[in-house]
Amino acid sequence: MTQYLDFEKPLAEIEGKAEELRALARTSEEMDVADEAAALDKKAAALLVDLYKDLTPWRKCQVARHPERPHCKDYIEALFSDYTPLAGDRNFADDHAVMGGLARFEDRPVMVIGHEKGSDTKSRIERNFGMARPEGYRKAIRLMDMAGRFGLPVITLVDTPGAYPGKGAEERGQSEAIARSTEMCLKIGTPLVSVIIGEGGSGGAVAFATANRVAMLEHSVYSVISPEGCASILWKDAEKMREAAEALRLTAQDLKKLGVIDKIIPEPKGGAHRDRPAAIDGVKAAIADMLAELDGKDAPALVQDRRQKYLSMGAKGLAA
Amino acid sequence: MNWISNYVRPRINSIFSRREMPENLWQKCEDCGTMLFHRELSENLNVCTNCGHHMAITPRDRFRALFDGGTFAEVKVPEPLTDPLHFRDQKKYPERMKTAQRTTGEKEAMLVASGEIGRTPIVAAAQDFSFMGGSMGMYVGNAIIAAAEEAVKLKRPLVLFSAAGGARMQEGILSLMQMPRTTVAVEMVKEAGLPYVVVLTHPTTGGVTASYAMLGDVHIAEPNALICFAGPRVIEQTIREKLPEGFQRAEYLLDHGMLDRVTPRGKMRDELISIIRMLLGLPPAVRGDLPAPEAGEGDSGTPAGDAPEK
Repeated sequence: MTQYLDFEKPLAEIEGKAEELRALARTSEEMDVADEAAALDKKAAALLVDLYKDLTPWRKCQVARHPERPHCKDYIEALFSDYTPLAGDRNFADDHAVMGGLARFEDRPVMVIGHEKGSDTKSRIERNFGMARPEGYRKAIRLMDMAGRFGLPVITLVDTPGAYPGKGAEERGQSEAIARSTEMCLKIGTPLVSVIIGEGGSGGAVAFATANRVAMLEHSVYSVISPEGCASILWKDAEKMREAAEALRLTAQDLKKLGVIDKIIPEPKGGAHRDRPAAIDGVKAAIADMLAELDGKDAPALVQDRRQKYLSMGAKGLAA
Repeated sequence: MNWISNYVRPRINSIFSRREMPENLWQKCEDCGTMLFHRELSENLNVCTNCGHHMAITPRDRFRALFDGGTFAEVKVPEPLTDPLHFRDQKKYPERMKTAQRTTGEKEAMLVASGEIGRTPIVAAAQDFSFMGGSMGMYVGNAIIAAAEEAVKLKRPLVLFSAAGGARMQEGILSLMQMPRTTVAVEMVKEAGLPYVVVLTHPTTGGVTASYAMLGDVHIAEPNALICFAGPRVIEQTIREKLPEGFQRAEYLLDHGMLDRVTPRGKMRDELISIIRMLLGLPPAVRGDLPAPEAGEGDSGTPAGDAPEK
C-alpha cells in the first residue's frame, strides 16, 4: 500500500474506490465491476500525471521525503556489484547514517558513499534518519582519500535532512568534519560524481556533493536550510514553509538554471516511489553519463575542473 | 584621570557650550550591566572594562586597532549579482540590504584589507556581524576569494576574523555554495605555503563554521565566543534536554580540541604577530604600537627587509 501525501488525497479516494470495487467483486460472483474499476484506474492515472506535472516546491519537498522513495541502500544494492562496506572513522565510531565502501559500477571499481535514512522504524533509528554525525563525515573523508590514492572514481548519493544537531556531534567537531569533507571532495584526483536522490540538506549535503558533476532526481530538493527552518526564522512562523520553499529555489529545475547542478534525472510518473526500478535505472544512466564525461581527464585536470566550477558558480543568477 | 578626562570634562564642557549630547555616549555592558563611556569602551576595543565581556567590534574598528598606525589598504571585492533569486520573505531582500547598508555604513558583511602588523605584511578579512548577522552570501564568498588571491599574489599570510550567524538564506542555494567556494580559497593559500590563521569571534555558526572558519592552520577564539554548527536552541529542541553551562563557547571548544587558543582581544594583535612571524621564520617583532608604514610600502607587496622568502 502506497502512503499518500496530503496533496494526493483526491487520488487516494479514487484509487481507494477502485480497490473497494475489486474487493467487492471478489466476494460476490455475479457482480461485474471490471469496466467501472478500469474507468476509475484511468481517472486515477490521469490525475496522477496532473498532480505531478507541476509540483510546487513544497510538494517536491514532500515527495523528496517520501518514506517509500528509494534510498541509498536501494541504489547501492541495485546498481553496484561486489559492494564491500567499509566502516569506521578510525577515531571514535562507525556512523550508520553514512554508508560507504568499495564496489563495482558496470564492472569498474569505484568508491560509493551516501546518506541512508532507513526504511522502517528500526532501521530509521539505527540510521539516525540519515543525519550524520562527525564520524560519518570522517568515514567519508577516509574513503575519498583512499579512492584518490588508488585511482577509483567516487560516487556519492545524497539524501539527508542535514547534519545531526546533537550535543556529542557538536563536541566532536561537526563543523570541522563537514569542512574537511568538503575540502577532501575538492582535493581528490579522481572523478567525483554526485546524485541528490532525495533531500540535499545544507552543509550535511555539501560535504558529499562538492563534485565534478552533480545530478538531481526530478523531484529531489537541495537547500541551504529546510523550508520549515527558513520559515521559522524569516517569517517567524514554521507554518509558512510553502512560501519559504518557494523563495528558496530548492528544486532541481531552479538549481539547473542557476548552474548549481548539471543534470536532472526524470522520475517515473508519480515520483520515484511509485516505480522504484525505473527511478534506479534513471540514476544508473546518469552516473554512467557523468563518469563518461570525465573520462580521460588526469588528476590535476579533475581538481581544476572542480575548483573552477565552484569559483565561477552563481555568476549568472536566475537570468532567462 | 581617565574618569576625569573622559567623563567629567566632556560633561562640564557640554553643559557650558550647550552642545547637543549624542544619545549613545554611554553603552551598557550586555553582561555585567556596567555603564561604559563610549571613548573608554572603544579604546578598550569594545571589551567591558569592568568584567572583560567582549562586545561586537566592526571590521573597520578592528583593522584600525590591528594594523600598524591604523592604516590599511582595502582590497577590492568583485561585486556579485544583487538578489540572484529575487528572494522575498516578509520584506524584499534588496530592501533588507539597503537597511543594513544604511545602519552600518558598509557595503556588505566582510571587509578585506592588506597592511602590516608589527611590520609583518598580511592580508586580513573580517566579517561584520552587524551587517545582516554577518551572513555568508556571494559577496562574502567573493571577499574571501579576493583575500586569498591577494595573499597569494603578495605572498602574505591570511588572517580571517569570522563572525556570522551562518549562510544568508536570502541567497538560498548560492549561499550554501559559498562553503565549497571559500574552501577553494583556503586551499589556494595553503598551496602557496602561506599561513592561514582564523580568529573566531562571537558568534561563528552554521555553514561559516563548517567551511573556512574550521580550516585554519591556527584557530584562535575570543573569550566566550559562541562557536558551533547547530545552535544551542536547535540542539535543545532535538535532544530535549538542557545543555551544560558554557556549551559551544570558546573555552568549551578549546577543551574539546577544536581550537588552539582562546585569547582576549587586547592581546590578539601581539599574539598574531608572534605566531605569524614564527610560521614565516622571521625574527621576533618589536613590541608596541608602530607608526604606519612609509608611503608606498604598505600595499606594494614588497616591504623592505622582512618579507617572506617564498
